[in-house]
Amino acid sequence: MRLPYPSNVKIIQVPCSGRVDILHLLRAIEDGADGVYVAGCLEGECHYISGNLKAKKRVQYVKKVLEELDLEPERVEMFNLSAGEGPRFAQIAREMVERIKGLGPSPVNA
Amino acid sequence: MIVADRKPLKEILEMLKGYNRILVVGCKGCVSVCNVGGSKEVGILASILKIAGKKNGLNLKVDEKTLERQCDPEYVDLLKDMVDDYDVILSMACGVGPQFLSERYPESRCLPAVNTTFFGGAVQHGVWSERCAGCGTCVIHFFDGMCPIARCSKSLLNGPCGGSADGKCEISKDVDCIWDMIVRKKMEQGRLDDLLKFMPAKDWTTARDGGPRKSVREELVQ
Repeated sequence: MRLPYPSNVKIIQVPCSGRVDILHLLRAIEDGADGVYVAGCLEGECHYISGNLKAKKRVQYVKKVLEELDLEPERVEMFNLSAGEGPRFAQIAREMVERIKGLGPSPVNA
Repeated sequence: MIVADRKPLKEILEMLKGYNRILVVGCKGCVSVCNVGGSKEVGILASILKIAGKKNGLNLKVDEKTLERQCDPEYVDLLKDMVDDYDVILSMACGVGPQFLSERYPESRCLPAVNTTFFGGAVQHGVWSERCAGCGTCVIHFFDGMCPIARCSKSLLNGPCGGSADGKCEISKDVDCIWDMIVRKKMEQGRLDDLLKFMPAKDWTTARDGGPRKSVREELVQ
């Protein structure tokens, strides 16, 4: 489809969003990412039954940690879309980049 | 196992104020099994501390080490070449850990990162429930495998009390009345007469009421 999405989104592929760990999300923030999001399959349609639901809970955990550290929890997010939704993938990337631009650079990088 | 919960981050950060070299020490015993202080949780807390440090413009040195157990001197000893490199040792073990660490390394500052809560087990993944109060005189055999000391809000030996309703305790609808469960099991098994036996007041001297406890097994002492 050759859909454009912001070039500052770095994609890390995992076999299932259930592979994404709390520590992966934290390390991204620790290493200076201004935001990090997980793009998982639609809820109820995980090929491994509940990987995307596990990822959702881990994202929520990290949001809570950021809140406790007085950082914006919106810097971490979970999105659900199917593998066939290319345009939605590009739209989410743009949405997330806009959101992070609104928040400004991560205070971790200050 | 001994069950614990990580302390709120604000409390941990407050404790660590002024310290720049931090060693986070986990334990592969009970706190690993209840997912609060094993190597994974040590990694998570270390990362959180680094994020907090960077946010506040501090150049923190945060390292991780997870011991086999923190309640045995031979494992605690393994830190002897490391402790001098840190301002503070943050233990993620139960309350035993920071105390064994501070006894072994009196020059170091040893702090707890978790709140030790109870002796219990996992009733489902991610949910732990209290089963033992460590009272020192087990009475479970009288009550068909259920402990009213740990699981009755009043630790009654001759229950249930008037606060039992629909199998729940009056303190919360989320708390089962253990006496309701004991009576039902006795009825199902035709042994309700067991409960006619009067249970005298419990001798609490073997529990915490007798002061700090110690267990000596002469055949093992060297």
